[in-house]
Amino acid sequence: MAAYTADLVDFDEALERYDPVLGFEVHVELNTRTKMFSDAPNAFGDVPNSNVTPVDLGLPGVLPVVNKTAVEYSIMLGLALNCQIAESCRFARKNYFYPDTPKNFQTSQYDEPIAHDGYLDIELADGEVFRVEIERAHMEEDAGKLTHMGGAAGRIQGADFSLVDYNRAGVPLVEIVTKPITGAGKRAPELAKAYVGAIREIVKALGISDARMERGNVRCDANVSLMPKGATKFGTRSETKNVNSLRAVEHAVRHEIQRHAAVLDSGEAIVQETRHWHEDTRTTTSGRPKSDADDYRYFPEPDLLPIVTNEAWIEEIRARLPEPPAERRKRLQADWGYSDAEFRDVVNAGLMDAIEETIAAGATPAVARKWWMGEISRLAKNADVEPTDLGATPATIIELDSLIQGKKINDKIARQVLEHVIAGEGTPGEIVEKRGLAVVNDDSALGEAIDAAMAEMPGVVEKIKGGKLQAVGALIGPVMKATRGQADAARVRELVLEKLGIEG
Amino acid sequence: MSEIIKLSATELAKKLRAGEVTAVEAVQAHLDRIAEIDGGDRGLNAFLHVNADEALAVAAEVDEIRAAGGTEAEALHPLAGVPIAIKDLIVTVGQPTTAASKMLEGWMSPYDATVIEKIRAARMPMLGKTNLDEFAMGSSTEHSAYGITRNPWDLGRIPGGSGGGSAAAVAGFEAPLALGTDTGGSIRQPGAVTGTVGVKPTYGGVSRYGAIAMASSLDQIGPVTRTVLDAAYLHELIGGHDPKDSTSLNEPVPALVDAAKQGLTGDLSGVRVGIVKELTGEGYQAGVQERFNESVEVLKAAGAEIVEVSCPNFKYALGAYYLIMPSEVSSNLAKFDGVRYGQRVLPEEGPLTIERVMGATRAAGFGDEVKRRIILGTYALSAGYYDAYYGSAQKVRTLIQRDFDAAFEQADVLVSPTSPNVAFEFGAKSDDPLAMYLNDVATIPANMAGIPGISVPGGLSEGLPVGIQFLAPAREDARLYRVGAALEKLLEDSWGGPLIDQAPELAAATTGGAA
Repeated sequence: MAAYTADLVDFDEALERYDPVLGFEVHVELNTRTKMFSDAPNAFGDVPNSNVTPVDLGLPGVLPVVNKTAVEYSIMLGLALNCQIAESCRFARKNYFYPDTPKNFQTSQYDEPIAHDGYLDIELADGEVFRVEIERAHMEEDAGKLTHMGGAAGRIQGADFSLVDYNRAGVPLVEIVTKPITGAGKRAPELAKAYVGAIREIVKALGISDARMERGNVRCDANVSLMPKGATKFGTRSETKNVNSLRAVEHAVRHEIQRHAAVLDSGEAIVQETRHWHEDTRTTTSGRPKSDADDYRYFPEPDLLPIVTNEAWIEEIRARLPEPPAERRKRLQADWGYSDAEFRDVVNAGLMDAIEETIAAGATPAVARKWWMGEISRLAKNADVEPTDLGATPATIIELDSLIQGKKINDKIARQVLEHVIAGEGTPGEIVEKRGLAVVNDDSALGEAIDAAMAEMPGVVEKIKGGKLQAVGALIGPVMKATRGQADAARVRELVLEKLGIEG
Repeated sequence: MSEIIKLSATELAKKLRAGEVTAVEAVQAHLDRIAEIDGGDRGLNAFLHVNADEALAVAAEVDEIRAAGGTEAEALHPLAGVPIAIKDLIVTVGQPTTAASKMLEGWMSPYDATVIEKIRAARMPMLGKTNLDEFAMGSSTEHSAYGITRNPWDLGRIPGGSGGGSAAAVAGFEAPLALGTDTGGSIRQPGAVTGTVGVKPTYGGVSRYGAIAMASSLDQIGPVTRTVLDAAYLHELIGGHDPKDSTSLNEPVPALVDAAKQGLTGDLSGVRVGIVKELTGEGYQAGVQERFNESVEVLKAAGAEIVEVSCPNFKYALGAYYLIMPSEVSSNLAKFDGVRYGQRVLPEEGPLTIERVMGATRAAGFGDEVKRRIILGTYALSAGYYDAYYGSAQKVRTLIQRDFDAAFEQADVLVSPTSPNVAFEFGAKSDDPLAMYLNDVATIPANMAGIPGISVPGGLSEGLPVGIQFLAPAREDARLYRVGAALEKLLEDSWGGPLIDQAPELAAATTGGAA
């Protein structure tokens, strides 16, 4: 395998000598009910070759019909990317022989994309904003999925044969192509991650894609080139394919910058080629050489009429667009009064929606954050599920909080109650009732436990009398034990001091 | 020869309704005819597959429904029980579809073409699948992988192409009706050289879903019959919008039968007929030109106003067609690679990689003419050549459309010979593809512009049929039926009967048996 252990230049050092230029092609699989050109179901994970019609198999005589929902979704995405929507656009045929493409051509937009000339403002963690210019967003169909059998690690090299599943063939895709991104400098890897993350967030918010990168719903090809610091002529680029997580996007861009710098430093030329990303080693290896002379013999798809849009239709679609994710985030953070760090944690934990719902249901922002980011996240991590899939709802949180506020339970018991809620035992109120978990507020019962504890620990009592009030803590443990945790610690403290005649 | 097979589809339909003939009798008569003259060394070889069992079963159903009477009988389509032959480029469940190529030998489609669904819904028994030039590429049916089809007028001559099988079947009384496809003349030119009627509808008038694509922007399915009225009935049945074909027109089928009946009065008063200057004279056989001139006189006598129109860009039509058509062919035929269906041929030596298997399959599965067009089209679409070839050809296409627009301001229909020559002998043009391509010089402009055309018999030259072509503006197919039926009636009056009656009787094939 070529250039597997290419020398790398230290990242910061590379950036002292070179300016990186980035470019991204992000493929988004749309979650329409049916495929781009047929009425076969668009579904993931079904029995291979079950979601196919004669059209998807490219049988003799079949004709494509454009999925109108896919067109509307593409327009939505174009609008969300601040693009112009074409008044009229066509599909073309991209001709090449490969068994994952049943017709041996891919039906794709070529010189007439449905959306063009847009931009997306990308906010980095520290608030710096980069504007990424969008060249185009065009519609196309996905290819089938090849599984290479025999040979090493599922690669085509050395495989004995390949299996093909056409369930994915014809799934609607939008490919978003950026203009060259300059000026990111050291922040290029970070920007790459943030850009792809923003696309993912937008298509999710629009509801037009399941946006699961691990399933290939969002796939990124990252173009990287370097030019000497201060130069304006772009260097030769490499295109790293199918970088399938946000973290991988960041690492791949970083790696390619370091690799390019090493090649350029040694006086050699960068080969224009596709590179394959390897998550395990966090390196890329050479794929096939890619020249601008790749000849796909594009020509307008004669089986389809041009797609003609009009203002009324576009405005009707625009009216359906949700608030852009970045604006929504700004609004929510201001509304909730979270610090930047607190809010970023919430976003990273994927709990913004849950917290919004919880606040809408009546919780204070602080309470919503405390539960979702605290106990619920902890339990979810233990159970290895998403916090929102754990079984706790906004109603759970509101009820727990009101039990605490009403002094029926304390924080510690509330956490126990939550575990029982998750176990499916009922609502917090029902569980407190059923399990007898209410805080012991009966001072006479507490008094007995306190007396017993004080009798057992005369040394502690002496310390408290001597002014060391924090020594009360030593008594709380035994009291809690005696009351099976149902004592209110604050009340225990009060009663101890009262008994000893000390002002708390 | 049974009298049943001599009937036109309209006459047969009438007798079926009247109970004078049963559908089973009608189907059997045609099956007998096929058995008698289609096979053997000197047989027509119009059929690649004969669908006897299913055809008889469908006929029996029709007879039962008729016998039972009532609403179901009344709801039967006018053509119910009338048998039909299908060009083997159109996919059918239950019968093989080969496109006359080794590539699809034995392939059974899991779905029906839209036109086949309509044929089934009308309860028309399908007699079988007819021969053609491989993937409809040719003008003589000599390029079939399954042997030539003979012209019933002269068994040593070609029946035209690509739809020579459908035309020969109808001319030879093996079927009253057939379906063809017309990309550059493949319905009309065989119609002309076999003395039958062939119609290429307006592009989008008939669904292409299930017609194996040759050139998507040019292909159109249409009727092959012995009378203009028969064609109108069949055209009305197969026409109309199909949501499975994005290029199909979303509007009702015009009243074609009414138009044909109007034409059969023989009165063309007020109709302006334009002679296309560029589609006569040089390059047209003298006998063809004579029959054409006579037809024009007949039209004039019927009250038509004859005008001459010029379409100066038609001289570029053939060249542009031979860039656009192969370009689309090169892409449409890419799917035939042995991976999913059809033939798979393994390379004789060396490793079995997918590229090599695809290559071996395509090398063995396609004939020379198909390969020639794939190579031409691949070249025309290549980077650096696209603008000069495909791009320029598309511009010519626009110019041709403009020529037609201008011509149709002066004339309601245009008229020309369908083919510059009568049927030629087998092998006469096999070594000269360019001479072969010239057969379609008069028919190609209609495909380039998407307008409808009809070919009707115009008499004989050297004892062989000459076709007269009418062209009308897009969506005005009805005009063709009116004018075509009028010419047909007036010429038949002068001949004392249909031209086809002058065809030689075909002797039973020496070695007998159906294909």
